[in-house]
Amino acid sequence: MSTITAEKKTKGFVENGLFPSNEVMLDLKQLKKVYPTPKGDYVVLEDLNLQIRKEEFVTIIGHSGCGKTTMLSMIAGLNPISGGNISVLGRHIKGPGPDRGVIFQAPSLMPWMTSLQNVLLGVNQVFPDATKAQRNDIAKYYLQKVGLEDAFNKRASDLSQGMQQRVGIARAFAIKPKVLLLDEPFGMLDSLTRGELQDTLIDIWNKEKITAVMITHDVDEAIFLADRVVMMTSGPRAKIGDVLNIDFERPRTRKTVLEHDDYYKYRKHLIDFLEH
Amino acid sequence: MKQSITLGRVTKFIGLGFLSTLKDLFTGKLEKEDLTSFLRKVVVPIASILLFLGLWHMGSMSLYNTEAEFKIEKALKDQGPEAAEAMRECIASGDISCQPNTLPSPVQVWDSYKSLLKDHQIINADKAAFAEKTASLNEKRIAEGKAAITYTGRPSFVDQIFRSLKTVFAGFLLALLIAVPLGILIGLSATLKSSFNWFIQIFKPVSPVVWYLLVFMIVKTLLIDSNEDSSFTISFISVGLCSMWATLVNTAMGVSSVDKDYINVAKVLKLGPFQKIFKVVLPSSLPLIFTGLKITLSVAWMVLIAIELLAQSPGLGLFVWEEFQNGANDSNAKIIVAMFVIGIIGFLLDRLMLTIQNWVSFDKTDAI
Repeated sequence: MSTITAEKKTKGFVENGLFPSNEVMLDLKQLKKVYPTPKGDYVVLEDLNLQIRKEEFVTIIGHSGCGKTTMLSMIAGLNPISGGNISVLGRHIKGPGPDRGVIFQAPSLMPWMTSLQNVLLGVNQVFPDATKAQRNDIAKYYLQKVGLEDAFNKRASDLSQGMQQRVGIARAFAIKPKVLLLDEPFGMLDSLTRGELQDTLIDIWNKEKITAVMITHDVDEAIFLADRVVMMTSGPRAKIGDVLNIDFERPRTRKTVLEHDDYYKYRKHLIDFLEH
Repeated sequence: MKQSITLGRVTKFIGLGFLSTLKDLFTGKLEKEDLTSFLRKVVVPIASILLFLGLWHMGSMSLYNTEAEFKIEKALKDQGPEAAEAMRECIASGDISCQPNTLPSPVQVWDSYKSLLKDHQIINADKAAFAEKTASLNEKRIAEGKAAITYTGRPSFVDQIFRSLKTVFAGFLLALLIAVPLGILIGLSATLKSSFNWFIQIFKPVSPVVWYLLVFMIVKTLLIDSNEDSSFTISFISVGLCSMWATLVNTAMGVSSVDKDYINVAKVLKLGPFQKIFKVVLPSSLPLIFTGLKITLSVAWMVLIAIELLAQSPGLGLFVWEEFQNGANDSNAKIIVAMFVIGIIGFLLDRLMLTIQNWVSFDKTDAI
């Protein structure tokens, strides 16, 4: 293992849990998830500690079935916590809420609504005091940002998968969450569309700087988007196995990232971990 | 992307696609490749109709002959050879008094249909004359605060059809108003579901006749002081109660099986209960609710005939029963006419529901 990755590795572990508390947005402490089965309890996650700073973009990578999605849905409040706790800005979460926006793996749009109505569904909920025109403007602004200015009034069911996921991104950003949770949002797309959507996501994120946690299977995606890549060990009893800092400057372009000297070292580090 | 509405699209939309093929045939737009589809969609159905009419005709002829033989045979046994000969001549002459009474042939049914229409025109003229005659008198009566004189003559066959449609729609509306809200409640709550399940399972298979009797018991007592004819009320309530189960079960199923992703979105956005129901749950279960409503309407139309007959409520059911009791020479043919009318209206009601379903449903491929 090269020196640079070894150094990053130790750095990651030292940092973890030791950020100044005013810098921490999302804090997972001793997180545990147990599913009772007829043959006894099945422990999916155990002793999982992770701190995510404000305005940080973290990607989570790990083998299928290791509990990444379980962890994310616990942060979203959609899956009850068996032990430990999750806090956002120092306050323990209780159930789901619009302070934690979610972009699901399937676009999960209401197919009977137009793209504008889908975004408005969230906006109306989060900004109840704004006028109708203001809420419309917010929704339209974000749809424009994801490149859908011509599809405001198209029904979600008439949009392609990629366009639907764009609406999903707009919906999540439009409610101005404190934390954005992305559960393999581009997993169902072809690689060309995936690249386009990564660019769209990172463009809008550069403006909004919303703390983001994203699950991915794609090593290149993980490096391109993240400030830190968190690697999870395989289940059962999955936990954080390793953390890799990505020190590329922002804003990034795909070209500069691919041409950077450290890129292949990062890549090798992640692949070594996954193949281990 | 605005789509113009053409005849072809409309007919296809309501499930009568073969009509546009027929139109193409007459306007000469039919391509050679369309020939097989033309054969399948037009020629084969027409051939099957002709075959049906042919079989029916032969069947009724054979039944007619059997019945005639029996009559002659009987006359021979009871009254001797002269009576038998007289009977044979009487049947051959087509005299109404001695015609064998059996399954009518297609031609007889068609004649009855025409006579029913003529009867309708006569009654209509009668009604118009009555209205004219009583117009001035009614004005005076209303001015004096008395009720106007209304036509109380016999209803025509067409009147009976409309009366039946009125009953079935009243019953359907009742079923909708009970079953959809109840279905939503049951679908939303597992507790309600288990507490209502026995109720649904037990009452769903109950026969229309029993529903009628139950409604009769209750409505008769409730309307004990009123002099009004309660047969309409009783029959539409019975129709509604008989037919609502499909909608109830489908609505509950649709509501309880909303895509988990949509529910998660509603949870993350913290939608209130009303928003959740009206913006997420209901629209997503509409296809299943409409499938239920479609079944409800066809069940309503089917049980209506039996219930009208029992309730003595004017309509097609009562018409059929009265014709059967009447035993006139063309009664059987009129019953068959009623049978076709019932079938065709049932088919049209089904198409109507399918059209509405296609129209409101977001998922066009879901409609059955």
